[in-house]
Amino acid sequence: MTKRQLWMRFIAHLDRQLLLGIGLLLLTSLLVLYSADNASFDRPLGQLRNIVVALACMWLVANLPLHYLMRIAVPIYALGMVLLIGVALFGEISHGARRWLNLGVMTIQPSELMKIGVPLLMAWYFEKHEATLTLKNYFIAALLMLMPIALIARQPDLGTSLLITASGFYVLFLAGLSWRVIGGLFVAGIASAPVLWSMMHEYQRHRIMMLFDPSQDALGNGYHTIQATIAVGSGGLLGKGYLNGTQAHLDFLPERTTDFIFAVYSEEFGLLGNLILLALYSFVVWRGFIITSHASTYFTRLMAGSITLTFATYAFVNIGMVSGILPVVGVPLPLISYGGTSMLTLLLGFGMLMSIETHKKLVRT
Amino acid sequence: MKKYVEFKNHQREIYHFQLRLIVSIGFVLVLLAILLVRFFYLQLLRHNYYQTLAESNRIAVVPIVPNRGLILDRNGLVLARNYSGYTLEINLNKVTDMEATINDLSMLVTITNKDRRRFKKLLAESHNFETLVIRNRLSDEEVARFAAQQYRFPGVEIKARLFRDYPLGEKTSHLIGYIGRINDTEVNQLEESDLSANYRGSDYIGKTGLEQSYEADLHGTTGIEQVEVDANGRAVRMLSLSPPVSGNTLVLSIDAKLQEIAEQSFGDFRGALVAIDPNNGEVLAFVSKPGYDPNPFIDGIDPQSWDELNNSPDVPLNNRALRGQYPPGSTIKPFMALAGLNYHTRTPEQTITDTGVYYLPGSSRQYRDWKAGGHGLVNMFKAIQMSCDTYFYGLATELGIGNIYNFLTRFGFGQKTGIDLEGETSGLLPSQEWKMKRYQQIWYPGDTVSVGIGQGYTLVTPLQLAFATATLANNGVAYRPHLVKEVRSSRSSEARFIAKDPLYDLNIPASQLDLVRRAMVAVTQPGGTAVYASLGAPYHIAGKTGTAQVIAMKQGEKYDAKNVGERLRDHAWFIAYAPAENPQIALAVLVENGGHGGTTAAPIARKVMDYYLLGKVPKPLTKADVQESGAHD
Repeated sequence: MTKRQLWMRFIAHLDRQLLLGIGLLLLTSLLVLYSADNASFDRPLGQLRNIVVALACMWLVANLPLHYLMRIAVPIYALGMVLLIGVALFGEISHGARRWLNLGVMTIQPSELMKIGVPLLMAWYFEKHEATLTLKNYFIAALLMLMPIALIARQPDLGTSLLITASGFYVLFLAGLSWRVIGGLFVAGIASAPVLWSMMHEYQRHRIMMLFDPSQDALGNGYHTIQATIAVGSGGLLGKGYLNGTQAHLDFLPERTTDFIFAVYSEEFGLLGNLILLALYSFVVWRGFIITSHASTYFTRLMAGSITLTFATYAFVNIGMVSGILPVVGVPLPLISYGGTSMLTLLLGFGMLMSIETHKKLVRT
Repeated sequence: MKKYVEFKNHQREIYHFQLRLIVSIGFVLVLLAILLVRFFYLQLLRHNYYQTLAESNRIAVVPIVPNRGLILDRNGLVLARNYSGYTLEINLNKVTDMEATINDLSMLVTITNKDRRRFKKLLAESHNFETLVIRNRLSDEEVARFAAQQYRFPGVEIKARLFRDYPLGEKTSHLIGYIGRINDTEVNQLEESDLSANYRGSDYIGKTGLEQSYEADLHGTTGIEQVEVDANGRAVRMLSLSPPVSGNTLVLSIDAKLQEIAEQSFGDFRGALVAIDPNNGEVLAFVSKPGYDPNPFIDGIDPQSWDELNNSPDVPLNNRALRGQYPPGSTIKPFMALAGLNYHTRTPEQTITDTGVYYLPGSSRQYRDWKAGGHGLVNMFKAIQMSCDTYFYGLATELGIGNIYNFLTRFGFGQKTGIDLEGETSGLLPSQEWKMKRYQQIWYPGDTVSVGIGQGYTLVTPLQLAFATATLANNGVAYRPHLVKEVRSSRSSEARFIAKDPLYDLNIPASQLDLVRRAMVAVTQPGGTAVYASLGAPYHIAGKTGTAQVIAMKQGEKYDAKNVGERLRDHAWFIAYAPAENPQIALAVLVENGGHGGTTAAPIARKVMDYYLLGKVPKPLTKADVQESGAHD
């Protein structure tokens, strides 16, 4: 086997276009992290490690044949549920929330696992009952989705539970949930808002209130939103220039390597930079939709669609929260924010997309 | 089985899925549109607004307080200066148990009970975001001791600051005044006059004296430093600096040494002295005794010391030279004589016979001369020389209050002189209108009689009398008295001169002036009332003694200094100028409860003139030196 053949085999299951979009976003991440970390290589190097590990996992998943994905759906979900129950019973409390489980060797956050586990199981479930879908199946699928979400919401982790709800809902939607039911859920959702409100934690209510008037609490919770909005707005058309963001470098921006990294980017690169970033995200999402439309099985269609839509949702929610149109829910900017877990989860998803794209011929024949 | 069902639905199912996919794409496009709209709004439409917010976030404007202008005497001696020193300051926000903190601090640095009381007072007046000074002028040793223990005292810090200092202390207190912490009233005043910006960062403002009246010159222009700060408010780097401009330097016309001699010449007596250069209105000495040390006032005097000063029977805080109002007594006589000549009421040669008593025509009420039995045959010259009351009773009556009022007004009586100090009082020159307004009574002929010898309603300030004397010495050409000779600009070599042009010329005929001036020289010669004043002097002194009654004598009662309490004794006046032929200095001396002008006030004037004209430094005078002599007014 020649070197070239080896290389061809190595990249056989990688989708080039998707990889290009992801690669550019990851480069952006390193670039912005260098600035956000006050021109230090600390965070960029850490992120590079995260990226390498996550890319390796992506490659592995991309090379997995589809039936493997089908086969691991139930175990992953089951493991996730066990861990979530474990967290509820023995979890470690940090920042007022019980999200982490100490396994002795490492601390894990099982809710991250469920970001993949929930849509995976639901897609698997619909594939199983593809031929005889009735409303009852949708109901059961919804129940499978809501069980972990309830546990995660109790931790409390509003952001993650909402995002998992979104990814689960996308599966239900793509699986053909009737418009009437969707309309009914929508109305019910609005009607139950007061009930939800009363069930919310004080800090969650606070964050939502802050959205409507951040100045109410300019030095407290509103501070994040106000400073981030100032950073974005002061960026203007062309931005203040790389490494020249005053909001970022003078410490006015909180969490600027993680949840609020978009403010750093937007301040330094302005509207033009934002358009480029949105174009990159759109490109990745577009490629995801193309892959979805190629997908050969019910399971893969649902899975690919959900992964793509969830990715778009992540980006929208993060950017929306940083630019002050959504409450601060603690969602990182996909592929850009510093962090190993979310990087891993995202690239595992893209690995699945690639697998779906590159294995379909085998299935068809 | 499964394959069969799937086959049946496959096309429809694909179609449905594609539809859902298109809806999904639409959904993503909506999200994209929302973000784009938001970016356009934030980064284009509202860019300027957010840019301003970001700038104000990062830029802090730090005022740099200018150095206050110096105050120098006419020879360059420093009367008010700044020195750098250390203060121990407490940040009220960071200290919870104030009492305990101060107690702990007192283990390291000396904190007297005075300091504590002063601090309590500051605390009561302060706004809660301030830092307040607990101790001033720390020694190097104290600074070192505290620095080593600073970690124990969060919110307590040592600051290097410029302090105001008045080296001559109470000798110049009524002249220089003092600065103090800006209070709420002053904050409002500064706001009304649009000066707040220039006082950003300034803690002090002139409260009294020249510090107050020349505040605009002394304060200087506050500098502005723009610094970039981080979210914690720490300065990261300097962006721009417009340096402060120090206050202008005041060069006084005061001669500090003369001031000191004048001050000391009073000994234990209370009183006031104002000496003016008659040729230009420059005030050479400006004394109000007793004075007070202005230095403790700068950072807020402690309540106990304040009470002591404020409740003292000697009223040291009262500026007698500027605000003290006393009957002029016989010192008014030279001016009355000029009035008589001016209105041709009496000729110089015209004589009266003084029997010691004066009656108004058709009245039996007695107006006695100070000398029992009278002075006999008296003309205008002798009347001034011997201070003959009877002569002036008659002259005043013949002049009438209207003419007296009009003439004396021209010499500045009854009006403020306009000296460059705030709070001057105007004295009182009575008139028919005034009496009607004040007492709703008509003017009686007897009122005029008293006015003739400077008693009755008439009140003057020492400053007024000195000003009138200077005008007389300068042949009727008046200069506005001023303490500041020039204001030296701190940014250029330019200087602004105060009042160098005469105010007005009274145009008094030389013959009239000559008579009065010769008579005033005779006052200090044998046969006059102030012989002591010129004893052995190598120059001629023109002067006039006076006595201001503290208590009114009833008809037929005789004043005896030994029988009345010390504080009820008459005040002694002496006005003078010298050399008589070419006056260089004119002055008015008031000695409270000093008795006779010739014995207590005139020697003080002599010492001042000796120093100014000859450079002679006298020995200090005490009460013991002054024997109650038999001499009278």
